[in-house]
This record gives sequence, C-alpha cells and structure tokens, in this order.
Amino acid sequence: MDRRRVVITGMGTVNPLAHSVDDFWEALLDGKSGAGPITLFDPEGLGTQIAAEVKDFDPEVYMPRKDSRRLDRSTMLFWAATKQAFDDADLAFEDGDPASLRAGVVCGTGIGGIGTTQQQMGVLAERGSSRVSPLAIPMIMSNQAAGAVSIDFHLGGPSTCTVTACAASANAIGDAAEIIRRGVTDVMVAGGMEGAVTAFAMGGFSSMKALSSRNDEPHRASRPFDKDRDGFLLGEGAGSLILESLEHATARGAKIYGEVSGYGMSADAYHITLPRPGGGGAARAMQGALDDARVASDTVDYINAHGTSTPANDVTETLAIKTVFGDAAYDIPVSSTKSMTGHMLGGAGAVEAVIALKSLAEGVVPPTINYTTPDPECDLDYVPNEAREAKVNSVLSNSFGFGGHNVSLLFTSV
Amino acid sequence: MERSQIEAKLTDLLVDELGLERDDITMEAKFEEDLDVDSLGVVELLMALEDNFDVKIPDEEAEKITTVGEAADLVNQKLNG
Repeated sequence: MDRRRVVITGMGTVNPLAHSVDDFWEALLDGKSGAGPITLFDPEGLGTQIAAEVKDFDPEVYMPRKDSRRLDRSTMLFWAATKQAFDDADLAFEDGDPASLRAGVVCGTGIGGIGTTQQQMGVLAERGSSRVSPLAIPMIMSNQAAGAVSIDFHLGGPSTCTVTACAASANAIGDAAEIIRRGVTDVMVAGGMEGAVTAFAMGGFSSMKALSSRNDEPHRASRPFDKDRDGFLLGEGAGSLILESLEHATARGAKIYGEVSGYGMSADAYHITLPRPGGGGAARAMQGALDDARVASDTVDYINAHGTSTPANDVTETLAIKTVFGDAAYDIPVSSTKSMTGHMLGGAGAVEAVIALKSLAEGVVPPTINYTTPDPECDLDYVPNEAREAKVNSVLSNSFGFGGHNVSLLFTSV
Repeated sequence: MERSQIEAKLTDLLVDELGLERDDITMEAKFEEDLDVDSLGVVELLMALEDNFDVKIPDEEAEKITTVGEAADLVNQKLNG
C-alpha cells in the first residue's frame, strides 16, 4: 500500500537574521551574519563573549504581557514562528472544531526553558525553595512550547516534544510526518527552538571548548569547513512548519513548498559529545533518509549541512557525505547556513528545513560564508561566500546532536 | 500604611508583576472571573504581597481571597490589625 505523502504548506521563523521567512531568505542570499557581542547578559569573564541573538524580539507583538510572561523566551520564539506558519498556510482551527482534533504538534528543543531555570535557581540560592515561582515548572519544561501551541492554536491531536540536542527539531519534523503518514492526523505543526544565550549555557559550552572565541570578529566567528574554524557560534531562534497530508493540502487548494520524503536516524553510540570518527553514524542517517524516500543518492541536488564550525563535526560530516555519495559527493553543493545564523541547537533543524524548502522553491543555494582557507580534510563544494542559482528538486538536511543523535531529512519538490 | 496606600501599591503589583491592565483593576474585581487570574497567578500575587508588604500570609487565609478588595483587606489587617 502506498503511504500517505506529507507536504509543507506554511513556514515561519524568528532567528538572528530576521523575524520572517522572506527577510530571512534575503539575508541568507546576501551572506549576512547574525552574530554580535552578547547583549542578553553580561558575559564578563567568559572566554566567548559573542553569540547570534534574536534581535529586538518583543513578545507583546504576539500576545499581552499577562500571557507572554508565563512563557519562557524559547517558547515565545516557537510560538511566534508558529503564528507566522499558520498565517502563511492560510489555516486556522477553532476550539472544539472536529478538524482540530486531527491536527497536532511536535516541537523539538535542546534544553527548553534554561533561561527560566537559571533565573529561578538564583531565587532558590538567594531566598530558598519556598520563594520559587509557581510558574517555574511550566516554564522550564522542555514540552512547554508544544503545550502552549496546542492550547493557543487549538490543536487536539497528538502534542509531543523531541529532546535530542541539536537534532531535536529535525526529529520533530520527521516524527510529525510519521504521525500524518500513519493516518492519525491530517495537519501537524512541526519545528523547534532554542533560547539558550544565557550565562549558564554559555558557561557550559565555553568550558567544553566548543565555542569560537573570535570575540573581536563576531561576523567571522562561524566559519564551517574553513581550515581556521575554532568552534561554533551559539545562536537562538525558532522554525515552525505546517505539515499536511498531500490530500488535505490539495483539497483545500493550499500552496505547497515541498514534500517531507525521507527521514533517516541513527546513533553514533560512541561518546557523550564527540562524533564517531569516520562519520559512520551520520552516513547511516543520510542513507536512511534516501532509503525512506526510496530514491538513489544521485537525485540529491543540495545538502544543507549540519556544519557547526567545530573542528570535529566538519571533518566527520565531510567523510560521511563521501561515504554515502562516493565520488559524486564532489559535484553536490554542500553549504552550512550556520555560518550566518550561528548554531540554534534545538532550533537549527527546523530553521534549516525552512532554508531547504526555500531553496527548492527558489532554485537558489545559500552560501557558506567566511570560507577563506581550504582545509585538506574538508574538500567538497561548500558554496563559498556567494549564493548560487541551481536546479534544486531535492535537498538533504543534516542535524546531529550531542549524545550521538543523527537525523537527516530529505525534502523534495512536488 | 493607610488603606488607600495599600490599594495603590496592590494595583501597581497587579500591573507590574502579573501584567494586568490598570484600567481593569477595581477593588470589586474578582481574580478568576473578571481578571482572568488563575490559581497560579493568585499564588504569584500572594508571594508578591508577602515580599512587598513584608507580611506572612498562611495558605488557609490565602485561600479565602477572591477579589482585589479582599487581598487589600488581608494586607490591611496584617499591617494595621
């Protein structure tokens, strides 16, 4: 039996480059960087004092302060992206509407409400446990965003949350597509977010030596695949997609950006943070996505890489791509848009899915910026510094997380 | 502290801490029905009252509060006997 096909009919994003998909796409094609000195807290004393923050985000644009103050910043980012996505899809549900019971949400995040965690831990330390806010638990929960979206957008179907570090929102999209394929729902919100530019998270990543410390040149800090890369640039942001069964989308005459045609997963089963040398786990995720879509590797027109700008990831991912595609790997454009957005952790997979789908729709591949010095161990076509027009009917998007979670999604034109 | 001062400060707390609209706040307003303040919000308010008026409000007294005026009464009673 043919399985149900799942398409994307709406998209939204709030990220370090823009607060809308259109502005985001323009910034990507211009090769802009979202990086800058940290403003969300005083980074005095930290080795890394730069990040890619969401600029001028005002939750009250989306809801009254009475309500927004009960949602963690990360939840608000996803909520805002989801509002854009529903508007873009020209879709809305009413509470109790039978159709709303066949609509759900899967939202991924790396560490959920860590800003609230940090703030309330301060209250605990200073004033004791009896002064911890009654909102602490609901705001800290990694599933707050899925819950808030189900409540406010009236989604009565499955509501769940993927927590697989930097692969989280790619898992969310894959899992949401599976729910539609199984016939449980017709519509799913799928995506994810992170709002972890906090002293606590920055301190932890900084101590791991995972971050770029190019404090004097924030715009040049994220330089995936470049020989002089020295770690990732922490970003924050959210991406949200409206997934629908093809029949549901066609029946209501929705515009269709593309199809979620393959979902591959694997585990490195190797180390708590380092990728397995050789990239076997990453390769199996990519091959898994191709197998799920029942297509051969020569159909892939563009790979949106995980490409974190860490020494280890970029070499390993390059090897993994060569494992899957053989010599043909050299002919496939591979870019890391994290060179511009920074690494949005749990939000990265969803924001990069937005990029993959825009690339399908527009026939343009966004660049890897800050690529100046080739690394002999990274020898693919990374679309250096300039966006490129190309025939794009199929995009593979990679997301790999600490803990060894590897996810690859294949998006294709319909 | 005068009762009127307590009311003014309570109103400020509802605006600043809970994000309510100043125009909606009257002494007769019911938290749940009129101001859409749920049980979590009431707990937040009570903690804010304790912090800002330097009083202790036991749970059994807190549970009886349903209107803004009753919250002002309770604080008034704690401060002025």
